[in-house]
Amino acid sequence: MAAEGEKKPVLEMVQADGGDEGCVTFVLHNEDHTLGNSLRYMIMKTVDVDFCGYTITHPSESKINFRIQTRGGVPATEPLRRGLRDLTEVSQHVLNTFQVTIKSITDPLWTPCSSPTEPTGL
Amino acid sequence: MAATMSNVEEIRTRAVLGEFGVKNVHSSDFPGNYPGYDDTWNMQTFQKVPTMAIEKVFIYNNTSIVQDEVLAHRLGLVPIKADPRLFEYRDAGEESAEEQGSEIDTIQLQLKIKCSRNPRATKDSSDPRELYLNHMVYSSDITWVPIGNQADVFADSVIRPVHDDILIAQLRPGQELDIIMHCVKGIGQDHAKFSPVATASYRLLPEITLLEPVEGEKAERLKRCFSRGVIDIEDVNGTNVAKVVNSRLDTCSREVIRHDDLKNVVKLARLRDHFIFTVESTGILPPDVLVTEAIKVLMTKCQRFLSELDSPSVE
Repeated sequence: MAAEGEKKPVLEMVQADGGDEGCVTFVLHNEDHTLGNSLRYMIMKTVDVDFCGYTITHPSESKINFRIQTRGGVPATEPLRRGLRDLTEVSQHVLNTFQVTIKSITDPLWTPCSSPTEPTGL
Repeated sequence: MAATMSNVEEIRTRAVLGEFGVKNVHSSDFPGNYPGYDDTWNMQTFQKVPTMAIEKVFIYNNTSIVQDEVLAHRLGLVPIKADPRLFEYRDAGEESAEEQGSEIDTIQLQLKIKCSRNPRATKDSSDPRELYLNHMVYSSDITWVPIGNQADVFADSVIRPVHDDILIAQLRPGQELDIIMHCVKGIGQDHAKFSPVATASYRLLPEITLLEPVEGEKAERLKRCFSRGVIDIEDVNGTNVAKVVNSRLDTCSREVIRHDDLKNVVKLARLRDHFIFTVESTGILPPDVLVTEAIKVLMTKCQRFLSELDSPSVE
């Protein structure tokens, strides 16, 4: 599983340092803070990740450099995979709770706001 | 190792009665959310939710005072009430086929209007509304021309602009507009006309703690320092005592700090993990549909990278 710099045409590029599989910089094309920050946060939650960060290399180019450094010899694709899966599950949970609550609200239709000069929450 | 989020969501759908109608502003609370998660939910995620908007404007006749390109620009910004999920993206490289939009990716609209003098106007009136017919071109004048089987597919819902009273151009007698427009599916990242939201923002839930009991006249003044409904006066053993009732309504103006005797009584903070998202839709899709679509956009991104990772060509 030697992760040398393999070129992928569109989506993702993996560049590894030397022989250490635990420190890898991924290049994610067509991505920005939307995925970068949330993914970074999910990966930071895992215990065996030493370092996790992302940068947008240049604002004109829509790609991010995503770096993961693990300790204990874990290959860096593991926390990445786990982070993506966790993010999907969190999103799914949010989606389900949201839809359930929307359905329960649309029955009594309209909940009037408590005060007439209420700000619009911005 | 997924996070267990056993939180209850509190959602309030508010209809704000503006001057021109009812806008749909949707505000939802996400207590116990991860601080990093909220970053996905600013405007950026909604800019990836697609909508339909006018892209190509074929001007057969424009004798109005509005230039062709300005008119085309204005038409592009008109929100079109068509569910983008029922359409496909138009192929990017089809420059030769610009006249051929197929029925699955294009909506054809027409604007054909001519201004003329009103024969029934009185001799000495100067009001343009009386003198001329069709001198204001509104978005309600845009008509839908079904292509292919669109007439059957969309039999029960007419495709038209979201609002009828968007002024597009003004005409005088003898001027006319004869325009055919093609709408395509696009995302807000490409051009702001495709944005499905007017504004999308979030804030943290404010937390107001009274460090000591506030009574009497001070309680009254404290109540006036905050937005209405945040602080309530309770009658406890004959004295008026202030109590924090609903900190969600507060606009965090920090007016309390301006009063020397009140500023040490109150602690103003925010709950780090309770987000209040506000999404205002342009009317194409209702806000709750927009939020679900935005969540799905995020999940699709994750899935794409997961499948990339698992495919054998990487490492």
